[in-house]
Amino acid sequence: MKISLNGEPHELAGPVTLTALLAQLNIDPRRVAVEHNLNVVKRAHYDTTQIQDGDQIEIVNFVGGGTHDYPRP
Amino acid sequence: MTTLVPNPESLIPGPGPGAADPLIIAGREFKSRLIVGTGKYSSFALMQRAHEASGADMVTVAVRRVNISDRTKESLLDYIDTARIALLPNTAGCYSADDAVRTARLGREAGLSNWVKLEVIGDERTLFPDNEELIAATKILVKEGFVVLPYTTDDPIVCRKLEDAGAAAVMPLGAPIGSGLGIQNANNIRIIREFSRVPIILDAGVGTASDATIAMELGADGVLMNTAIAEAQDPVAMATSMKLAVQAGRLAFRAGRMPRRMYASASSPLAGTLK
Repeated sequence: MKISLNGEPHELAGPVTLTALLAQLNIDPRRVAVEHNLNVVKRAHYDTTQIQDGDQIEIVNFVGGGTHDYPRP
Repeated sequence: MTTLVPNPESLIPGPGPGAADPLIIAGREFKSRLIVGTGKYSSFALMQRAHEASGADMVTVAVRRVNISDRTKESLLDYIDTARIALLPNTAGCYSADDAVRTARLGREAGLSNWVKLEVIGDERTLFPDNEELIAATKILVKEGFVVLPYTTDDPIVCRKLEDAGAAAVMPLGAPIGSGLGIQNANNIRIIREFSRVPIILDAGVGTASDATIAMELGADGVLMNTAIAEAQDPVAMATSMKLAVQAGRLAFRAGRMPRRMYASASSPLAGTLK
């Protein structure tokens, strides 16, 4: 099963919950925000959000910086 | 047509230095009128020491993709005591209202706070804001319950439009981000302050202490800076300097300055001089 994860293709064995995906990636759910198919997912719903084939996931966190640091997207 | 009406409360001298004089934005009080950024430091540890020296109780952070492949990198949040320092997510790197709104929503979820420093950039060389997109994004985010602090130009009409759109404070630039040129149009900042009904935070262009003091003397409610501290040769010393600069400027503003005169006005009496 293939999804888009932070702009890159990513293989998964089958559908998983967002909680399971974060655990697989060794990411602390309390320090990130997640977008599932362009919708921001509330932390309380990670357990019940199913990732399917073809889904687009963005996982972001806070980093140091501002507009001066980042090149044109 | 936007009509600017003076805000009579904006320029009143106040109580002496002992009295509490917190910065109040959206009903929330901050002891420090200096807000700082988190970028361009050579290490997180240095950043933390600079933050401590600055006395800031709010810092800006950017929202970026987690590095999936490299999980060993240190986390910024390990170096910020969020019990004492408020995080203000920014929409750095966004060139459209859509991108900025999307980033703001993610920032809210990551930080569990609905405050956002809204940046919508129009050009990558000057990093000047795209005010049209900025005003549009402000309206959307205010409707979604965000406390919006937009970074904008020193244009009093745009500042008024942002305020009308529901911005909790307005953040006009002194000069381009990272330029260190100091306030380029002091009279515009003074005008913006005179006609605004929300706090004004001078954001971008501060290079050294006097720039920050001048901002406060013009009546700004606070100053936001990053590069001036992070790119100083001694960031911790510069952070201390900026803390004092903002305090000095604020005290001077509240003390009510003497009038400017085109010629001299002697301090000593003319009578009784030796001849």
